[in-house]
Amino acid sequence: MKFLLVEDNIELAHAISSRMQLDGHVVDHASRIQDATAFSQSEDYDLILLDIMLPDGDGTTFLKHHRASRKDTPVIILTARSQVSDRINMLDLGADDYVTKPFDHAELQARCRAVLRRRMGTAQTVLRLGDVAFDPVKGQLTVKDRVVSLRNRELRLLELLFNGPGQIFPKHKLFDRLFSYDDDVSENAIEVYIGRLRKHLEGSELSITTLRGLGYRLDHG
Amino acid sequence: MAEAVRVAGSLRKRLSLTLIGGTAVLAMILFFAVRSYAAQIAQQGQDRILGASVTAILDAATLRDGQVQVDIPYASFSMLGTESDDRVFYAIYQDDLLLSGYDQLPAGSITQAGGATYQEISVDGAQVRLAAASRVLIGANIRTTVSVGVGQTQDALSGTLNRISRNVAIFGGGFFVLAVLLSFWATSNTIAPLQRLTDSLTRRGPQDLSPVTQPVPSEMVPLVSSLNVLMGRLDQSLSRSEDFIAEAAHRVRTPLATVRSYAETTLQRVSKEENRMALRSMIRAIDESSRAAGQLLDHAMITFRADHLDRQQIDLFDLVEDLVVRLTPVADMKDVQIQLSGPKPVTVAGDPILLQNALRNLIDNALKYAPADSVIDIAVHDAPGQHVVVKDQGPGFPEDQILTLAGRFVRGDNAAGSIGSGLGLTIAHEVAIAHGGAMTLANRPKGGACVTFTLSS
Repeated sequence: MKFLLVEDNIELAHAISSRMQLDGHVVDHASRIQDATAFSQSEDYDLILLDIMLPDGDGTTFLKHHRASRKDTPVIILTARSQVSDRINMLDLGADDYVTKPFDHAELQARCRAVLRRRMGTAQTVLRLGDVAFDPVKGQLTVKDRVVSLRNRELRLLELLFNGPGQIFPKHKLFDRLFSYDDDVSENAIEVYIGRLRKHLEGSELSITTLRGLGYRLDHG
Repeated sequence: MAEAVRVAGSLRKRLSLTLIGGTAVLAMILFFAVRSYAAQIAQQGQDRILGASVTAILDAATLRDGQVQVDIPYASFSMLGTESDDRVFYAIYQDDLLLSGYDQLPAGSITQAGGATYQEISVDGAQVRLAAASRVLIGANIRTTVSVGVGQTQDALSGTLNRISRNVAIFGGGFFVLAVLLSFWATSNTIAPLQRLTDSLTRRGPQDLSPVTQPVPSEMVPLVSSLNVLMGRLDQSLSRSEDFIAEAAHRVRTPLATVRSYAETTLQRVSKEENRMALRSMIRAIDESSRAAGQLLDHAMITFRADHLDRQQIDLFDLVEDLVVRLTPVADMKDVQIQLSGPKPVTVAGDPILLQNALRNLIDNALKYAPADSVIDIAVHDAPGQHVVVKDQGPGFPEDQILTLAGRFVRGDNAAGSIGSGLGLTIAHEVAIAHGGAMTLANRPKGGACVTFTLSS
């Protein structure tokens, strides 16, 4: 997906960008409202991440212009403000959602997915591999004519595997993707979800192979 | 917040007492002045008649053959007739010799009268007004002085005086009563602008710190100007402290967000177990501190707002539904399902920001402890006693701490390993209390926590 990140703190912007690039997203960065406006007019983004306190004004100014110019790119606000005072306000201005800094990337991803699901309606974002179709926004897996709705962790796990068929994913990498940092579970919990995915993929051309001591791999054919 | 104001007297009382006291003194003065003036006039009338009587008798005195003859005219006594049958005394002296009349009258005051004199004497215990005059009669070889005294009791006079006094007293009393009514009216009239100012200040919403613009009497201008200056300063310092809170949050959270993002990125890249452990605990510490900072700031804001509830008519179900929609992505991440049930609308009078914060803390809590693939059940109940029940399938509250958990910074013993500052339940509890409601914690029979948030009992 293609993101526009509007954030004046260069360090933070860099940190967020590199984290998102790791997940395979493309991120453009603007530090000011002026740049953000120019970017958003020349490119089509899937999602805009908008900071509120910017050097040349309030992020809500950008939001107002953005909505006034009939752009329907979803906007998620990154805010550091107290949650009590301006929560209602921001959603009234046309933001689709917001996250409070510092945020969990998995949560940001989940919110992006939820926003896109709401926005896109029937539009398809289907990835295909062999005889399997996977819609990560809707969380649906189609094997031949069988449609399976994935639970969130199954979805996130499959998303990762789907991005690199034939690639070996170490257990800990999958673990970080699936569990939040305060979950008190062992890395072996991954096996439960791998097992569920295997069940969903039964009868298809895809299979998940366990490589003892190394990790897991999605095989095609 | 509402500190007892020390009361020193009352303007209304002070003003009424001054006016009523003044009127009472004025009424008394009026009464005595009219009474004494009336007494003086009545006395003058009696004196004139007594004087005329004396003159008439003196005029009738003649010298014949060296003898004094007095032929008392009938009119000289008949003119003294009164409706009270006052007694009349008279005495006629030739020099010091009583010629005729009543010898009890004091001879001295009559014979030495000269011109007309009037005095008050007492005869047989009765008050008598005595008029006396002398005349010198000159014959061929004789010169003698005839003195006449006529006295009259004062029953009719004092009767008249009493009548006048009574009328004056009635008049004065009526005047006093009217003046009292008038003074109450004047007092309320004077106090009214003060009352109006008080009312308009009391009716204001808690956030309204705009200056008073309604016209006030000139005497109140200094007070109102000072009040406006004070409110201006308060408004400024409140918005400054709100800005400060926003700025503080920004300053703390932005670097934390940077560190967290870097830590997450690094965690994706390293594979050595001990480095990963270190990074994970780093991220945990960041989450804990940012959550604590957030809840402390929220709590400060909530304490301030709880003193000045900004009550609005809101739909409780709508509010909870918004929260559920907003928290669903977080629940999805843990494969936890949130179920919401209840009638719609459930209209309540409450502060939307406070209620939202309180209920979000309760749902957050449930989410934090809910195991994967479990259900959080939220039910909104309508009157009587609108309340929200949040149930999860987590470990529940430790039984022995269930009564103390809502206290500040108290966390359950089984909370070790999950992130929280311990303020969430405190915030929810304080918001419930501020709305006149309550919050109760309980455990479900088959495991899991059950929190009941009641708005008003």
